[in-house]
Amino acid sequence: MKQFPKFINEEMLRREIWEFHVIADRCKGCGYCIEFCPEQILEASKEYNAKGYHPPKVKDGLPPDACSGCGFCALICPEFAIFIRKKET
Amino acid sequence: MPFSLERRKHEFILEVLNIASKQISGYEEITPDVLTGKYFMTGNVAAAEGAIAAGCRYFAGYPITPSSEIAERLSERLPQVNGIFLQMEDELASIVSVLGASWGGVKSMTATSGPGFSLMQETIGLAAMTETPCVIINVQRGGPSTGLPTLVGQGDIMQTRWGSHGDYEIIALSPNSPQECFNLTIECFNLSERYRVPVVLLMDESVGHMTERVIIPPKSKIKTVDRPKPKVPPERYLPYKPGRNLVPPMACASEGYFIHITGLTHDERGYPMIEADVQEKLVKRLCDKILKNADKIIKYEEHNLEDSDIVLVSFGITSRSAKGAVRLAREKGINVGLLRLITIWPFPEKQIRSLAKQVDTLIVCEINNKQLYYEVERCAAGNAEVHHVGNPGGRVPTPYEILDKIEGLKKK
Amino acid sequence: MKYATEHPMDSLLRADRMPHIWCPGCGLGSILTCYLEALVETGIDLKYATMVSGIGCAGRAAGYVKIDSFHVTHGRPIPFAIGLKVTDPRRNVTVFSGDGDLFAIGGNHIIHAARRNVDITVICVNNFNYGMTGGQVGPTTPIGAFTTTTPYGNIEPEFNLPHLCASAGAVYVARWTSLHARRLKESIKEALLKRGFCFIEVLSPCPVAFGRRNMFREGIDMMRYFRDKCKIVHGVDTRDVGIVLGEEIIIGKFVDIEEKETLHDHIARIQRIAQDRWWRKYGKS
Repeated sequence: MKQFPKFINEEMLRREIWEFHVIADRCKGCGYCIEFCPEQILEASKEYNAKGYHPPKVKDGLPPDACSGCGFCALICPEFAIFIRKKET
Repeated sequence: MPFSLERRKHEFILEVLNIASKQISGYEEITPDVLTGKYFMTGNVAAAEGAIAAGCRYFAGYPITPSSEIAERLSERLPQVNGIFLQMEDELASIVSVLGASWGGVKSMTATSGPGFSLMQETIGLAAMTETPCVIINVQRGGPSTGLPTLVGQGDIMQTRWGSHGDYEIIALSPNSPQECFNLTIECFNLSERYRVPVVLLMDESVGHMTERVIIPPKSKIKTVDRPKPKVPPERYLPYKPGRNLVPPMACASEGYFIHITGLTHDERGYPMIEADVQEKLVKRLCDKILKNADKIIKYEEHNLEDSDIVLVSFGITSRSAKGAVRLAREKGINVGLLRLITIWPFPEKQIRSLAKQVDTLIVCEINNKQLYYEVERCAAGNAEVHHVGNPGGRVPTPYEILDKIEGLKKK
Repeated sequence: MKYATEHPMDSLLRADRMPHIWCPGCGLGSILTCYLEALVETGIDLKYATMVSGIGCAGRAAGYVKIDSFHVTHGRPIPFAIGLKVTDPRRNVTVFSGDGDLFAIGGNHIIHAARRNVDITVICVNNFNYGMTGGQVGPTTPIGAFTTTTPYGNIEPEFNLPHLCASAGAVYVARWTSLHARRLKESIKEALLKRGFCFIEVLSPCPVAFGRRNMFREGIDMMRYFRDKCKIVHGVDTRDVGIVLGEEIIIGKFVDIEEKETLHDHIARIQRIAQDRWWRKYGKS
């Protein structure tokens, strides 16, 4: 979480909330999204997909605006399995 | 130093071309593609003119004796009719770019001889598998390998049919005069477009280099056929769903149909499917497409067959000697006839089978070491004796040679 | 946990063929994602976008994109692309193929296409071997590497692909890796819009066929190597960008020269000259 000067009211700042989506059955467990996320918010889930791989998920306990919306995970995923969507607030 | 001089010379040439092109004012009429009239031209040039009359607007080739004249003539004529002529770096690039141009929506062809034809086999297989219409002119010369570049041969008959790996069918026509070179080239384009198959024009060096009278008819008298086009919108279009004639309608690139074409075994959507039942369905249709329509494709000429005991079977330049031999034999009282094949593949099996039941002897006259002979023997199926007159390449058998064979057989 | 079922890119993909055949960790999926995003961002009319690919893992890419795509025989995507391009210059033709397909069996075609300056974009996915057939040595396999046909180590030095294309006359030459996805996307955009022969080499991990026989057991190992050892230097002389696997790799945009006349410009000019000569000789009828 960034530290802002005290005269900026944090609630007044608009935060973009980005949602992380994955098509589980396309994941082949390469680990690129987990390794190369700039914010390091992804990890392998404990669940299995149809092929036996662990699809990625956002780590628990993170604030909703942890994802910066850079989209690198979607770009680097070799399986066309990941996309991010901005949540309309 | 020398490199910058080269660069300056190149720029100068471009500048001259630029000035030349600026002097052209826009002409509304297009230059004529059909040069109607009576000419005295070689078979190669007639074939080139036939191609343009048929609507060919793309040629990619590589020089090889004896077919280079086709490329030379087309390099002059195709730009005149807004066509494209490219001399590629080898025969492989030539035939593949012909396929690319055909999928681009343009009638295309290439011309080569024995060694180049061998190089093109893999791509002919690709053309047959993807059902790409294209025309390949093979001006045969003495083989195998480099062989006799400047002398006649007819040794590519079997290679035309079986050259590429796997099972497929192909159409091959053989002219015996420059006039027929013109007519049959147009027929080749029509057949390739109608059946979406590569078609080979099997000329021989003698016919290609022979100069004779060629009459080019007016454009309105020339019938051309275009490839079948889809009638359904893109969402419902399946690239390989056969229409009538077992031929699927062909949507080319940039028509909004978003096709996928592959050389792998594919289903009706065009997607690769590596499965035996898909293979069976596809290959069977590729072969049936030609075999079931064989009656509409096969052409031949009969001379004096009704009362003959001995029939000569021939094609190309040798059929001219055979015709002479028929005349000489009849003067001597021997009843000989001639069956001149115009379509070599698909092979006219029905005609040979019925002919073999009517006559005693069939003599196959060809300039090779028994290639068509085996097909005729197979179809004769023991009902007639089959003999061979020919040499493996280099000279045309004379009528007297064929007459000697006829007389030798008659004596027995 | 609720998982999604459709990807926003599915309209450009043949989604009924997903998941694709590429191995876990293969860089091809990332490269194809970059290509498709670049294609959309350039705003090119998709009706005129075509892709031609050869044989190999990279060659399978044509089967997954929902534009006019052609999967031809080994080594021959470039002449096929020339045939497609010259018959309608409005088409935007991309050749998407592998290093063995383009530079071994197809080596003759790429140097002539660059010499002629055909207006196509060639994306060469370099995985340092012949992956589809199991991992045999290729023209880009580093000397000393282990492949199935070089069990004692490769004895042949490898090609420097950007240098080859630049010497043959390409107007745009760049090298990226499948990790540098954003820069690759921008580079593909530039190449698609640039007139002339554009060549982009993309290094990709090949864990199953190449990586595990050499130093890179998993795809992630080679990606970490790209992250740590790749140095982006634009405009450097292509003579100096040879790859020594294990050491620093130079990537970036090496050649981006002024546009020259393309093949179709010359063809159009010849057509005008030929017709002018005809009319001068025979007059208007």
